[in-house]
This record gives sequence, structure tokens and C-alpha cells, in this order.
Amino acid sequence: MANTYYDPADLRKFGKITEWSEELGTKFFDYYGKVFEEGALTAREKALIALAVAHTEQCPYCIDAYTKDTLQRGVTKEQMMEAIHVGAAIKSGATLVHGTMMMNKVNKLEM
Amino acid sequence: MSVTKTKTSLHKRHDDLAQANKQLDILSGGIFADGELPTFAKKIKETNQFPLRPKKLEILQINVGYMCNQVCEHCHVDAGPDRKEIMTWETMEQCLEVIKNTGAHTLDLTGGAPEMNPHFRRFVEEASKAGIKDFIVRSNLTIIRANKKYYDLPDFFKKHNVHVVSSMPHWTRGKTDKQRGEGVFDLSIKALQELNERGYGMPDSDLRLDLVYNPNGAYLPSDQTGMEKDFKKALMEDFGIQFHNLFAITNLPIARFLDYLIASENYEDYMYQLVEAYNPSAVANVMCTNTISISWDGWLYDCDFNQMLDLKVNSKVKHISDYNEDLLNDRDIIISQHCYGCTAGAGSSCQGTVA
Repeated sequence: MANTYYDPADLRKFGKITEWSEELGTKFFDYYGKVFEEGALTAREKALIALAVAHTEQCPYCIDAYTKDTLQRGVTKEQMMEAIHVGAAIKSGATLVHGTMMMNKVNKLEM
Repeated sequence: MSVTKTKTSLHKRHDDLAQANKQLDILSGGIFADGELPTFAKKIKETNQFPLRPKKLEILQINVGYMCNQVCEHCHVDAGPDRKEIMTWETMEQCLEVIKNTGAHTLDLTGGAPEMNPHFRRFVEEASKAGIKDFIVRSNLTIIRANKKYYDLPDFFKKHNVHVVSSMPHWTRGKTDKQRGEGVFDLSIKALQELNERGYGMPDSDLRLDLVYNPNGAYLPSDQTGMEKDFKKALMEDFGIQFHNLFAITNLPIARFLDYLIASENYEDYMYQLVEAYNPSAVANVMCTNTISISWDGWLYDCDFNQMLDLKVNSKVKHISDYNEDLLNDRDIIISQHCYGCTAGAGSSCQGTVA
């Protein structure tokens, strides 16, 4: 095992996951490729969504890949940061909205 | 407003990377020498495309000098105001003889800023008489607003029906100025508006105006068609500017872009990107198969990139003074690892994608 859990070079090996399970790996990459094709959303819009999700998932590989991908698609730094704030807002909102559960429970328990 | 000159060329700085052989050492060493990545020769052998051979000559590309009013960070020519390599009238006369007799349908003048060559206008006037179908001048746009003596260039281009191809790395000021120098965006916009006023770039106009996009860093260009849509929408909405086509060009690891890749520790990752994006179908149409590049001092090359790496054509005919199209077309094209830049993804050439 390497001294660190994450190695940037491992991103290049992503495609190799098919070697240990060809059918599932191939199906995954076919699906993945299809998802990112131009559709009702543009490929750039999808890349920005991916960038935001990459951050909420805190996946270093995905952040590496979709930072590069959005740059390639002409996305500006301001747009990229706004996308990440959308992710951050949902993430923090998702935390806070659970506060209503806490409030409900407190209201139920207290006399 | 003027362009802020923040840098000098690698040549002026006597940087090691100003030397072609040093660049070639880097491109042949490291990850390519130890077999981590396949050499370009090995890669094209996989699809029986080695040695790379020319097809019919279509484009004569003449580099009339490395002097430029800009010092762009990515420049593979290492051009700038401090470069003194300028084509003489004597060499231009030799080029004119070739232009009169060539089978090529496109004449492509490049630099540096070709307009800064003192014989530029006389050369264009003479060359335009040869009846070449497509006569391109690669203008960096800012030169049109750099000095009063260049203000009439849009009229001059129109008079000689020159096809203007101009660099425009992004539709926003920030990205453009970062790559090409502070003030470049505003001057480029002004120059494009002036070209539009003369009819350049308008939908039904024969006065062709194309833009060249190349990435602002260590990543590859995206889909050319999609980028063209984005450029057209943004430039029209923000500035009322129109143009015909966008050419998406990959930055090749040569000169200042190579320097940037190494200094920013992106070199290996970038070469991986190029190799992973290798597209065998782009190989058949790379520009060296239909182009001859002529340097300011009359030497002949397979392309402008090989010119900057001083890789002269592998032919008995090596100089414009001995020019013979039939002999030249019977040659093997010289390749190295920089060629991966022209075969990545949809391919890349001075005329945009090739696959």
C-alpha cells in the first residue's frame, strides 16, 4: 500500500477497473459516457453539475477531472466557483433542514 | 490603451529552451525515453501510418518573421518585440516565384505579427496577383490598433481580398488578457469591430474572418463546434461582433508553452493527456501532409512547429532557392513527440480540427 490513500496518477487507471469485472465495468462506462453527451442539457451544463457534485462528494479524482473538463469547455473561474457554492448551499441546507427534525423531537419531548 | 509588455522572449533571456535541440531533448527524454509513454513514431506504427508521408500540397505557409507586438505566454514561435528575424525582400521574391507556380490553393502568411515585416504590404500586393484561391493573413488583431501606421490594415486587407484569421482565446477579458497580455482583449474587440465595419465576418460576406481559439493552460480544447457557438453568442451579445468560423487549436509543447508546462509542473500530465487523446483517424489529415512551411530565412519545413524546432524537411530540397514541389512531395515527414498535439481528440491544425 502506498503512503497516501490518494495518488493523482490513479485517475489515469480508472478505465482499468473493467479488467477485474469486464461486464459491469463496461456497462458503467457506457452509461457514464451516455450521461455526459449533449442532451436536454448541454455538455457544459453537465460538466458544471459534475464539478459541483465532485465537491459535495469531496472526490479528489472528480475535482481534478471536472476542473479540467470545465476549463476545456470555456467555463470561467467565476462560473466554476458559483457552481461549487450551489453544491455547498445544498450541502449546508441539507444539514440545517434536519434541524426541523430536532425541533420536532424537542417539541414532542418537552412539556 | 496599449498592450502591457510584461515579458521578453526566451531568446532574449538566453533561456536554454530557446534552443531547438534542448526542446527536442526534453520531448524525447523522460517519460518517452523510459517507455512510460509510447513515442509518436511507435504510436503511428500501430496503425501502419509510419513513415508519415505528404499527400497533395494544398497550403504554402510562409512565416515572414518572428517579431511581434505581443509576448503571449503560450507562443510556440517565442515571438515578441525583441525578435529580429525578419524575411528580407530578396527571400520574398523567391517566395513570389514559388507562389506563381505552386499547385497549392492556399497561401498562409504568419509570424510573429506578419504586418510588422517592413515589406509586408508590397509582398501581399504582389502575392495577391498570383490568383491563389485562399490568401490568409494570420493577424493578432491588436497590431491593427498598435500604431497609426497600421490603422488602415482593415482597408488594406479588404482591397486585396485577404482572408483574416485571428487569435482570440476567449470571449472574456480576463482569460484573454491572462494569455496574451493586459489590454489585448479591448484592442482585439476594437479591431474586430473595425473588420466587421468593412464587411469582414458578416454572414453573407466573401470577406472571410475566422477566429482561432487555443486553451489558456495545460488542457486540451473542447469541441470546436460547441466553442464556436459560445464565441458567436457571447461576442454578438456583448459587442455586436460577427465572424465566420472558429478554429480550435491545441497548444503544442514547444518554446514558451513548453517552458510554461515545465515551470508549472504540468509537463508530464499534459503529455499524458495528448497521448491518451491520440486519435489515429486524425493522423491521416494532419497539416504536415498538405502543407509546406517556409521560414523567414527561406528554409523549408513540414509545418510551423517543426520550423520552431529547426527540423528542416527530409528532402534534397531544403531551401526556397532550390524549391521543387515534386521533389519535396516525395519525402518522409519528420516527427517527434510534439506531433501528439496535432492528433489529440478531433485533431488540430492551423485550419482547426482535422478528424
